[in-house]
Amino acid sequence: MQAQRGDCGMTRREGRRARISVGRGKFPLLVSVAMAVMLVAACQVTPARPSVQQAPATLVLATHDSFAIGEEVLAAFEAEHNAQVQVLTLGDAGEALNKIILSKDAPLADLFFGVDNTFLSRALAADVFESYVSPQLAQIPDELKLDAESRLLPVDYGFVNLNADAAWFEAAGIPLPQTLDDLADPAYRGLFVAPNPASSSPGLAFLLATIDSFGEEGYLDFWRALRANDVLVTDGWSEAYFEHFTVGSGGAGDRPLVVSYSTSPPADVVYATDGRTAPASVNLALPGSAFRQVEFVGVLAGASQPELARDFVDFMLGEQFQSDIPLQMFVYPANPNAPLPDLFTQFAQAPADPVLFDPAAIEANRERWVQAWAEVMTR
Amino acid sequence: MRRFLTVALFALPMLFLALFYVYPLLAIFRVSFSGPRPEVGAQAVATLVSPTFWSLLWFTTWQAALSTVLTVIAGLPLAYIFARFDFPGKSILHALLTIPFVMPTVVVATAFMALIGRNGVLNTGLQALLVLDAPPIQLEQTIWLILIVHVFYNIAIIIRTVGGFWGNLGPQFNESAAMLGAAPWQVFRTVTLPLLLPSITAAGLLVFLFCFTSFGVVLILGGLRFATIEVEIYRQAVSYFNLPLAAFLSIVQLLLTFTVMVIYTRMQARLSRSLRQRQRGLSRVPANWRQWTLVAGALFVTGVGLLMPLVALVVRSFTLGDQGPTLLYYQALGENPRQSAFFAPPVTAIANSLLYALATLAISLPLGVIGAYMLAQPRSRWAAIFDPLLLLPLGTSAVTLGFGYIVAMGPLRASPWLAPIAHSLIALPFVVRTFLPALRALDRRLREAAATLGAGPLQSWWTVDAPLLLRAGLISAAFAFAISLGEFGATLLIARPDRPTMPMVIYQALSRPGLIHYGQALAMSTILMAVTAAALIAIERFRLPGEEEF
Repeated sequence: MQAQRGDCGMTRREGRRARISVGRGKFPLLVSVAMAVMLVAACQVTPARPSVQQAPATLVLATHDSFAIGEEVLAAFEAEHNAQVQVLTLGDAGEALNKIILSKDAPLADLFFGVDNTFLSRALAADVFESYVSPQLAQIPDELKLDAESRLLPVDYGFVNLNADAAWFEAAGIPLPQTLDDLADPAYRGLFVAPNPASSSPGLAFLLATIDSFGEEGYLDFWRALRANDVLVTDGWSEAYFEHFTVGSGGAGDRPLVVSYSTSPPADVVYATDGRTAPASVNLALPGSAFRQVEFVGVLAGASQPELARDFVDFMLGEQFQSDIPLQMFVYPANPNAPLPDLFTQFAQAPADPVLFDPAAIEANRERWVQAWAEVMTR
Repeated sequence: MRRFLTVALFALPMLFLALFYVYPLLAIFRVSFSGPRPEVGAQAVATLVSPTFWSLLWFTTWQAALSTVLTVIAGLPLAYIFARFDFPGKSILHALLTIPFVMPTVVVATAFMALIGRNGVLNTGLQALLVLDAPPIQLEQTIWLILIVHVFYNIAIIIRTVGGFWGNLGPQFNESAAMLGAAPWQVFRTVTLPLLLPSITAAGLLVFLFCFTSFGVVLILGGLRFATIEVEIYRQAVSYFNLPLAAFLSIVQLLLTFTVMVIYTRMQARLSRSLRQRQRGLSRVPANWRQWTLVAGALFVTGVGLLMPLVALVVRSFTLGDQGPTLLYYQALGENPRQSAFFAPPVTAIANSLLYALATLAISLPLGVIGAYMLAQPRSRWAAIFDPLLLLPLGTSAVTLGFGYIVAMGPLRASPWLAPIAHSLIALPFVVRTFLPALRALDRRLREAAATLGAGPLQSWWTVDAPLLLRAGLISAAFAFAISLGEFGATLLIARPDRPTMPMVIYQALSRPGLIHYGQALAMSTILMAVTAAALIAIERFRLPGEEEF
């Protein structure tokens, strides 16, 4: 069935239609097997058909589960470079990177998008990316370039911070918290839900923010106080947001404070069900509580299409792709020349003073910090 | 010639396991332990002496054992009712009870929260009814919730496998015992239970292995305080990329699984006895009001316990907050407002899921049946190796094996065939375990009689074996299908297949904020339930040509 995505010149759309009709047959499996065999045979027997245009080359882009791109944007690249882009989704950010590292000797793809700053050191130490100084880098702010050798190039960034259910606080007559310490105040007892840093990337980001704010000596005391104040820790972001956060769960949850992203409020409007024009959740600007995540792309060493991979890196940093980023992946484009949608400028202002953590320190201490935290939270 | 054919046939399932299980597992162990020996050894020793390691082992084992016992206790009465009684809506209910088996953990967690969370329906109702200050049910992040959900997930295994075997038991033993003056419970204890034990232990073993390697349930519902070996392997392999430790823990997990299986195989050999089975089940309409009350009572309790969380999900998928009924979430499934390139409309996702499930069926059913025949051979030399090997995939860390695929699978790595292969690895033990008790119970005299009457080997198989094994075949087909629909072993896959399935659409929706995404996840879960139920009912209705209803 791989052949449907192969070099037979079948476009993405035709491939999809073929798939649907396969499913309707009386013996779908047999039919599809037969089809696949015929397609493979066709690809192999017929040499490149004498046509004006060459068959498109296939570029394999490996990435994590949250990658999204507009159909037209992708088609523009494919048309311009006579290429076909195959996307391999390899799991969450950590899992995907590990798979890339494990397949170092026989790369799974030509390039990989989705290394974030918490995994940057691991990715660079594994020596799986090739340096590429893209001409587009000139447009990108220096503060986002965390790899001096340009093996990993910044594509987007976002902020993990606290969201609050503004209406809940107003109805309860409690002011919104103003500092991280407020979260440990009895007035906010049982109101806060956070994902587990051991299994969730926003969970880890928030833990790192508290380490930055309270220092390595003080962060555990802060979490002890949070625990005494009945903080709820869930396994992942989805459970925190959709089960327990009052806004995300549509009222079923009972926690009006959650660790999420600065772009969750615009998503709350875009994906609302009641036609609301302003989000029900707001970003809290507690000093030292926002953590900046930067996502990078890199060309894999040993790529079979290195030239095309570099073209795709240029494309990802260019304005067309960058303008598509906010409403596809709900993060900010790294290229400041890409316009932000109104929703972002209205409801997702970047936090004034985010925590910028040294990637090397994260990789070196991650396990120790998380284990120490887990001990405090469970003992 | 015939001997050669038999050997070639028996080699097929072994080849499958060697290629897709043993080889990648050895490959990842080799890579993981490729570091300097003293370091690897020191880490293993450090792990062995740490108290956390031993409490991890202890918790993993006791929660799995307790979950299994509870599942068997909860499942047996239902297995009995489905084996012995006919009542309106039976086949639909039978299918509905298997739905939990395929549901993604995140969705089940939200369903349970909607019911018994602090703001859940039960708590708010009870609070209003009993005028309480605090919610009376507080199970969030407790071991009780883990146990309850394990029962919820795995009860179908008991109902289907034990119930299927029970339905084939003739009444003659019970009747003789009753004639000799045994009270009903005495009949159960001295006659029925011993006859059922092989089937109960076989099903119990599968439940145990599922709970032993439990991952999502423990992580999502257990909170911080609970972790199984599987959870720790995942953290070490993915979060910390500590492959040597992950591999070491995987081996410990395998050794424990292997020990359990050796105990099981010993027990099983002692328990199984061949007996005359009935070709048709002997379920009948309840005869009197006492039987009717029994059936209705048991079904009511099940309905409340098992189906309420699912009903809660369905209701929420059709409800728009406080604004009453809606179809909005279902409409949204078919829309692609941002023109995203990887969008899959629901029809495509359903078609993809069914396609993978059919492929899984096509791989696992023949291989499993061959495997079961091989194990049933009297004094088979292969059985000693093959028996535990077949079950080991269930007790193996999926993330470890998945990493093994990357190292070992070469060009197959990104092939869409990897999905049905991974599903088959999980489905194979089910097929073998449901077939084996039925096969061992086959009365060999019947086949000998057929041979004496002049039937060739194929003919005697078709006329003697096939009808008696049909029920086991249907049960295992249902499981193979459900396992694939529920995306078991998804972490085995290197890449998400580029044909999105129903569970994938659910996970995608739940990874983004916004109420519409949550609604879409609920709507797709409801569709997944409906498709699963329809598929299971279709499988149950399947008949051999010329056969009447059973």
